Amino acid sequence: MALTSPLDAERIRADFPLLGREVHGKPIIYLDSAATSQKPNAVLDAMDLYYRTINSNVHRGVYQIAEQATNELEAAREKVRAFINASSVAEVIFTKNATESLNLLVQSWGRANLVEGDVVLLSHMEHHANIVPWHMLVAERGIQLRWIPLTADGQLDLTDLDALVEGAKVLSVTAMSNVLGTINSVRTLTDAARAVGAISIIDGCQSVPHTSTDVQALGADFLAFSGHKLLGPTGIGVLWGREELLAEMPPFIGGGEMIRDVRLDGFTCNDLPWKFEAGTPAIAEIIGLGAAIDYLSAIGIDNVRAHERMLTEYTLRTLSMRFGDDIVIHGPTEPEHRGGVFSFAFKDLHPHDISQVLDEHAVCVRAGHHCAKPLMKLMGVGATARASVYLYNTTADIDALGDALEAAGSFFAF
Amino acid sequence: MPGLEDLYREIILDHYRNPRNRGELESPPAQRVEGFNPLCGDEIVVYLELDDDERISDIRIGGQGCSISQSSASMMSAAVKGHTVAEVGDLTRAFKGMMSIHESSLGGESTEPEDLPDVKLGDLEALRGVVKFPVRIKCATLAWNTLAQAIDEASA
Ligand SMILES: Cc1ncc(COP(=O)(O)O)c(C=O)c1O
Repeated sequence: MALTSPLDAERIRADFPLLGREVHGKPIIYLDSAATSQKPNAVLDAMDLYYRTINSNVHRGVYQIAEQATNELEAAREKVRAFINASSVAEVIFTKNATESLNLLVQSWGRANLVEGDVVLLSHMEHHANIVPWHMLVAERGIQLRWIPLTADGQLDLTDLDALVEGAKVLSVTAMSNVLGTINSVRTLTDAARAVGAISIIDGCQSVPHTSTDVQALGADFLAFSGHKLLGPTGIGVLWGREELLAEMPPFIGGGEMIRDVRLDGFTCNDLPWKFEAGTPAIAEIIGLGAAIDYLSAIGIDNVRAHERMLTEYTLRTLSMRFGDDIVIHGPTEPEHRGGVFSFAFKDLHPHDISQVLDEHAVCVRAGHHCAKPLMKLMGVGATARASVYLYNTTADIDALGDALEAAGSFFAF
Repeated sequence: MPGLEDLYREIILDHYRNPRNRGELESPPAQRVEGFNPLCGDEIVVYLELDDDERISDIRIGGQGCSISQSSASMMSAAVKGHTVAEVGDLTRAFKGMMSIHESSLGGESTEPEDLPDVKLGDLEALRGVVKFPVRIKCATLAWNTLAQAIDEASA
């Protein structure tokens, strides 16, 4: 069966300067987009143009370039709003990254609303960013954590969802696993949460860059994601929340920008979304994120998903055809249920040793626990090697991965 | 440009495939200490027995990890067995010196490369190439840090 994609990945690659470089004298094969994506010229140029032509602080200047910078920043907010179909820009808060978005929620909403004994429902496949902030609240408040278990093929086991969610105040779950690639049925989860009066938080770090997101259809109350996995720069993340909830929440970090008035005896908060944006924002990064969203939208996020589905099918098929029982790819076996993230075990080689040999072949994959140690423990491994794809990857990249794996196999052959 | 053969010397692969002193000792009396590399999840367990003269009378290594961490642990176990705590301290400083780690950067006494203890590293020399792969230095030193902790606890 021939595999088809709506994208011309070769042409897309030309927009990403880093993909044109070599390492160890060979063209780079970048297979680590789940950690961070590469950046197109459009993003680099937008940030460069900001610094070269309108660099100034936002929201307070009356002179022309300050007004331009402010307009550009707020235009980027509108692009994010449209990209996730939020109902208002007041619901789009800029943070440093998804980790900060989740910490903001725990520190602001969590501390205002949770008391000893309250239950927060997480899953066994969460990233540490959606575990540790809750552990911190366990230590401070004595809240309780419950965990949605996984099936053998790495999907959420929702058999006992009703019992698990019963009495919970919060459900906080990833939409796509950064280790297994599993795409979770978010709507089932948020419906179950709403039925018991719990709020739901979705970690969209892996899903937002690769699949279309409509926060109004998700049924969630909050969504967190990072710009750098979405073709944007580092240092910029997003927290989306329903306006009624955000309006009730106390501020997280205090300082300039987030206030309406400051007196010797206190302060009043600014309106949303600025209430949660203390201090000078990451202006260039926000503008860069806006450019990234323009770039992705022009290509079409559904086309990105279709391309990655094709690559997923190709990867699962070729690697198992080539290596048979020597390779185990963790997670769901159906491309329908997973994104382009492939954690694998190869022969009895340690992930570090695999990735070291792969590096020699200019193939960039990640080795480690991927900030998901509870999941690693459940899988019974200390670490995995992980390859992950994006819109600029091709079947040739997967073939190169296969060739490099073969080389690793013979290098360590006993 | 350092190549794979700088890192994976034959003797390293040999220790990886046939680890020395692999196993467990009953604890107590043996001291049992676990070491983790938080970056990659590698884990080393050192079982240590000291005799009355502060000499390592027996050592066993458990845990799981990459070829560098496991072979470094294997070579270390062979190198320290039968030696006194003081000798092992010198060997550890010499090994870490080879890894470009000097105690001053760890908050201890300053040890400039030129006044490193004059000890023979033997097989351990094979790990010299690891310095060229900075992310792997932690793999090579994991066993040594775990041993140091085991010695501290055993002599406490
Ligand atoms: C599922 C998931 N959640 C959260 C994060 C944290 O993202 P960041 O480090 O950008 O805050 C990541 C990134 O690795 C992720 O994959």
